[in-house]
Amino acid sequence: MQRRNFIKATAVSIALAAAGFATQPAIAADTIKVGILHSLSGTMAISETALKETALMTIAEINAKGGVMGKQLEAVVVDPASNWPLFAEKARQLLTQDKVAVVFGCWTSVSRKSVNPVFKELNGLLFYPVQYEGEELEKNVFYTGAAPNQQAIPAVEYLMSKDGGSAKRWVLLGTDYVYPRTTNKILRAFLKSKGVAEADIMEEYTPFGHSDYQTIIAKIKKFAGEGKKTAVVSTINGDSNVPFYKELGNAGLKATDVPVVAFSVGEEELRGVDTKPLVGHLAAWNYFQSIKNPENDAFIKMYKDWAKKQKLPKADTVVTNDPMEATYIGLHMWKQAVEKAKTTDVDKVIAAMAGQTFKAPSGFTIKMDEKNHHLHRAVFIGEVKADGQFNVVWKTKGPVKAQPWSPFIAGNDKKKDEPEGK
Amino acid sequence: MRHFFFALLMLCLSLAAHAALDPAAVRQLAAEESDDKIAAIQKLALTAEPDALALLQQLADGTLKDENGEDITINNRVRRELDGALAVLKLIDPDTKVRYKAVKEIATNVDAGMAPMLARARDRETEPKIRALLIEVHALATLKDADPQIRLAAAKALATSADPNTKALLKAQSEPANETEVDVRRAAFQSYLAVKDRLTLAETLGRIFSGLSLGSILLLAALGLAITYGVMGVINMAHGELLMIGAYATYGMQGLFRAHFPAHEDWYLLAAVPVAFFAAAAVGILLERTVIRWLYGRALETLLATWGLSLMLIQAARVIFGAQNVEVANPEWMSGGLEILPSIVLPLNRIVIVGFALFVLVLVWVLMNRTRLGMFVRAVTQNRGMAGCVGVPTGRIDTVAFALGAGIAGLGGVALSQIANVGPDMGQGYIVDSFMVVVLGGVGQLAGAVWAALGLGIVTKFIESWAGAVIAKIVVLVFIIMFIQKRPQGLFALKGRFVES
Repeated sequence: MQRRNFIKATAVSIALAAAGFATQPAIAADTIKVGILHSLSGTMAISETALKETALMTIAEINAKGGVMGKQLEAVVVDPASNWPLFAEKARQLLTQDKVAVVFGCWTSVSRKSVNPVFKELNGLLFYPVQYEGEELEKNVFYTGAAPNQQAIPAVEYLMSKDGGSAKRWVLLGTDYVYPRTTNKILRAFLKSKGVAEADIMEEYTPFGHSDYQTIIAKIKKFAGEGKKTAVVSTINGDSNVPFYKELGNAGLKATDVPVVAFSVGEEELRGVDTKPLVGHLAAWNYFQSIKNPENDAFIKMYKDWAKKQKLPKADTVVTNDPMEATYIGLHMWKQAVEKAKTTDVDKVIAAMAGQTFKAPSGFTIKMDEKNHHLHRAVFIGEVKADGQFNVVWKTKGPVKAQPWSPFIAGNDKKKDEPEGK
Repeated sequence: MRHFFFALLMLCLSLAAHAALDPAAVRQLAAEESDDKIAAIQKLALTAEPDALALLQQLADGTLKDENGEDITINNRVRRELDGALAVLKLIDPDTKVRYKAVKEIATNVDAGMAPMLARARDRETEPKIRALLIEVHALATLKDADPQIRLAAAKALATSADPNTKALLKAQSEPANETEVDVRRAAFQSYLAVKDRLTLAETLGRIFSGLSLGSILLLAALGLAITYGVMGVINMAHGELLMIGAYATYGMQGLFRAHFPAHEDWYLLAAVPVAFFAAAAVGILLERTVIRWLYGRALETLLATWGLSLMLIQAARVIFGAQNVEVANPEWMSGGLEILPSIVLPLNRIVIVGFALFVLVLVWVLMNRTRLGMFVRAVTQNRGMAGCVGVPTGRIDTVAFALGAGIAGLGGVALSQIANVGPDMGQGYIVDSFMVVVLGGVGQLAGAVWAALGLGIVTKFIESWAGAVIAKIVVLVFIIMFIQKRPQGLFALKGRFVES
C-alpha cells in the first residue's frame, strides 16, 4: 500500500516536473497559494503597491502563527501594470496556472469589472479591498471596502451640515471611468433629493494620468464665486491627485473657502505632496492611521517593521490607510472562513464567510454581512493635517450595513440584497 | 456678531486692558462641540491680549495641547472663525504684509457688524494698497446698511472690486426684491457691470496664461524632437524616454542636494539643468552610435527599433529607480502663486516654466543659426552629399545633432518634473503630443514647432474650459488629422532645393 502510494507520488511529481508546472511538488502540497493582483507600475502603482505589501505582511503574520489549517500560505504576486485587460489575463493565470485558493487584488472598478467574468467562469474567489460605486454583487467577490452609503453619502451629508460648512453648491470632479461616473450619478440623485438645484451642480471629468489641472481649478473658482458656499467632491484616482493637489495649493484655494472631500485619497497618496497648503481638505474613509486604539497601534507598528525589514523605499515614512486595513481584514476573515469550512473549496469558503467577525484596527468589531458580501463598517471623515495625517472630525456611532444597490438609483429597490446563483 | 466685533474693536484700540486670560475660556478651547470652541475663541479674542493672540495662533497652527497633552484639533468651521478673529486682531499689526493678509482674510468672511471697525481701520491706514482694500471691504460690510445713502456709497465704492463674491452680492443688490431705492439699485447694477467686465477680462487672461503654460510645456517636450525628427528625419519613438531621463536626473540632483547641501536645497533645480542636459545627451549619443545611425533613411525600421529602445529604457528606469513614481518637490521659490486679481492666481512654477521654455528656445535658435555647428547641421539636413563634399564630417554631425536633440529633451524633463509625476512611463504620455506639435508645425522648422505648441496649448485650454478635458483631447486630435489631410507639410513648409524632392 505504502509502496504503491510512493510510486504514485513519484510518478505524479515526475509528470509535474516534466510539464514544468512545479519544481518542488513536495513543498507545494503543504502550502496554500494566495494570489496578489495589484498594479506595481503605471498610474495606479501609487495606491496599489502598498496593498501588495500589506497582503505579504499579513501572510507572513499568519504563517508565523502557524498558517491556515496547519499549512503555510504562499503568496503569488503578479503585476497587471495599471492595464485593465491585463488584469483579466493575470487573474486567469493565477487561477489556472498557479491554482491559487484566493486572490486579493484590484483597486479601480474598471479593473474589477475586467476580472469579474474570469472569477465567475473559473469559480475563483476575489477579495476587493477598496471603496467603490456599488451597483454589483458577484457571488465570487467579497467587498471589504465601502459601498456608497458607507462613504460618499455620509461625506456629502457632513458638508451640508453646519460643522461641514453648510455647502449649497457642488462640484463633482472625477477621473473618467466607471467608479466616478456611477458615484456621481448616485450623488446627483441624492443632492436633488435634498433640494439642490441642477444649476448648483457641476460635473467634470479628466482622463487617467491627467496632469494639468489649471482649467479645472479656474472653473471651480468661478463656480464658487457665484454667491453660495461651494464644496468639491473629488473622485480623482491614481497619480493625478498629486498635480491636482499641487495646483490647488498653488492657486490658493483654501479649505475654509472651498473644501475638497476626496474618496480615493488617503495617507499614502498624500505622501508625495506638500500638505501645508491643503490643511482642512477632507477625505472620507472607514479607517485612518490617526485612529487611536491598541489594534491600530499594533497594525501600524507591524507595517512599519515590515517596511524596514523589506527595505521599502522611504521605509521611515510609511503610512497605513483604509484599503490596507481592508486587505488586512479580508485576509484574516478568509483565514477564519477556511478554518471554519475546513477546506479552501471556493463554494464552501463563500458559505463560511457569512457572519464572520474580526476586531479591526479601525476600532470596531467588523462583521461580514450574512448575505450581501459586504462588511458592516463605521464611517469616518477626516481633515488633512499639516503632517499629511487626518484629523477625524466626524464619525458614525457604529458600523453601518452596506447598500451595494444604492436607493438613489431608479429600479434598485427591486434588486436582491444577495448575489445571484448563491 | 455685531456686538462681538464692536467690542473687539474697542479693546483693540484701548491697549490698556491687562487682565490675565480667563482660564475657563482657555479650557473651553478643548471642548468637544464646535459651538463651544467658537464661543471660547470669541471670548479670548475680545481680550485683545498679546497672550490671547499667541494662544489662538497656536490653535490655528495645530500646536496647542490640552491638559492631557493631546493636540487640540479644529474643523473647517472653527478654523474659519479663528482665522477671522485672528485677522481682526492683526489689523493693528505694524507689519504691512501682515495687515494686508489680515484684510484679505476679513474680505472672505465679512460681516455687517464689522463696519465701524473697518471704517476706523480704513481712516487710520496709511499704506495706499491696504487702504484701497479696506475701502472695498468696508463697502461690502455696509452694502446692507439701513441708511440708503450709505448703501449708495457702498454700491459705488464696490465698482473697483475684482472679487467674484462681490459680483454676486452686487447682482442681488440690483434686484427690486432686495433693494427698495432706485438710485442704489442703479449704482449697484453699474458696479456689477464694471466688476463683471473686469472678471471676464481676468478669466480670459487666466485662460491665455494656462494655454501659454501648456504650450510652453508642449514646446519643451517637442523641441528636442523638432531637431531629431524635424531636422534629421529620425522617427524617434524613444523621445519620451529622453524626457524621462531628464526628469530622473532632476530627481537625482534633488537627492544629492538633500544629502550633501541641505542648506541650498532650493537651488537643486538650477544644478539639475546642465546635469539633465548632459545625461540625456549621453544616452542620445549611445542610441545614435549603437542603433540609429545604421538605420538612417529607413523610416519604418527606425520607428520599430526606437520603440524597442523606449521599452528598454522604461524597464531600465524601473530596475534602477523602482516602478513607482518618485517625488520631486517644487523649490520654495517656485511654490505658491502670483495674485494678479482676486480671481486669478498664476502659479509660480508655471511662470518659471514659461520663462524656461523661452530660454531653451533662444538657446536652440542661437545654436542652430549662429554657430558653426548649427550651420553644419543645417547643411547636412539640406544636402548631405554636398555637405560631405565640402568637408563637413556628416557622420559626426549626425551624432552631435542627435545628442543635442536628446539633451534638449532632457531639459524638457526638468520642466516636466516640476508639474507632472516622475515615473518610468511618464514619457509615454508626451510622445504623441510631441509628434503632434512637430507635424503640425511643419517638419524641419523650429518656428513651426513654436507656433504649433503655443497654438495647441491655447486652443486646448479654451476647449477644455467649455467642454472638459476629455472632449478637448479628442477635438484637438481630430482637428490635427483634418489639418494634416489638407496641408500635409504642416503650418510652415520648407522651401528650397533638396536631394529628396
